[in-house]
Amino acid sequence: MKKTILTFTMVLSALLLASAGVKPGDDAIKFSLKNVDGTTVKLSDYNDQKGVILVFTCNPCPYANAYEQRIIQLHETYAEQGFPVVAINPNDDEISPEDTFDKMKAKASEKGYPFPYLKDATQEVYRAYGATRTPHIFLLENKGGKFEVAYIGAIDDNAMDAASVIQKYLEKAIMAVISGNEPNPATTKAIGCTIKSKG
Amino acid sequence: MIYEIVILELQLKVKIVYIIWYIENKKHLLTVYLIVKIYMVIVLFWFLNFNQITGQTIPEIDRDGLAMITQKSNDTTYVVNFWATWCSPCVKEISYFEELYRKRAESKLEIILVSLDFPNQVDRRLIPFLKEKEISAPVMLMTDLDYNGWIDQVDPSWTGSIPATLIFNSEGRLFLEQELTRDELFEYVNLILN
Repeated sequence: MKKTILTFTMVLSALLLASAGVKPGDDAIKFSLKNVDGTTVKLSDYNDQKGVILVFTCNPCPYANAYEQRIIQLHETYAEQGFPVVAINPNDDEISPEDTFDKMKAKASEKGYPFPYLKDATQEVYRAYGATRTPHIFLLENKGGKFEVAYIGAIDDNAMDAASVIQKYLEKAIMAVISGNEPNPATTKAIGCTIKSKG
Repeated sequence: MIYEIVILELQLKVKIVYIIWYIENKKHLLTVYLIVKIYMVIVLFWFLNFNQITGQTIPEIDRDGLAMITQKSNDTTYVVNFWATWCSPCVKEISYFEELYRKRAESKLEIILVSLDFPNQVDRRLIPFLKEKEISAPVMLMTDLDYNGWIDQVDPSWTGSIPATLIFNSEGRLFLEQELTRDELFEYVNLILN
């Protein structure tokens, strides 16, 4: 009996996990969030771009920090090709005090973020996307004014050392989108910090 | 042993210095002798201590090694916890795994703590952490950084956040991508054990 209940619970949780968030091919979720410069940034602000590299990231996570320079570099390389970075901090700052809006501002100015760094204050955006860790990438493709999810997952295959990267998963996906193909793989997984939330 | 050779070399150098001093200052023979001896003792202690800190190694594991553990099917129940020193919820729950390890009455329960710390932080962070927290449960360092290549192999439902814990034996399997309380951990383990 216990085993049956266990199996049932596992299937149920698997279903719940599967239903949460977007997958490649789905419509992107619209958002309108406060940026560290005080302005409000919406997905529709990027209607004239080919796509958006949406990055769920945060201040203290060592993985986010290991990728920070690479994320800046990605923006510098791909913004001019029509794929700017938009960073969103999804953490509840009561649980993660390093992620307050003020500390986000400090981080963005200290590191000279060339892209918006938005606060998902209600945590609705990360939940809608189904982001589970930081950093977690969602590559969005602009299909005639309507954004679609093209790729979900990791930036590359070596968080510790950018110089040792073999597979640049995200850049490969961007290249695929630019040349009109579907990214393969369209999803990858990576170890990251949990997104801090109360429930 | 390498350090023995280094010590011999150091002793030789010290002797040369000692001879030069001896020739120059015959009068202060005893002083020089004492200084040299003290210096040698300090060097010896420093070196042994240094060796003790850096000499500890953590067994390393790659995706094949991990697969061998997570696909075991025998009469033992395995608890495999994925964690890192930088992950605060992991650090919070690690003492429960240690308690489970110390309390296990029979040897049919194995606990393995798979560290996802970066391999370049083992000496600086992982080993000092394990000493400070007095962790005696087996720890292994995952050295395969292409996470996408092995996350699904542990469990297809795992999105990659840690802490994550796999509890299994030949009859049941439970994968938990969440932080566990002490009671939850013990309950889940009992559920699989019985």
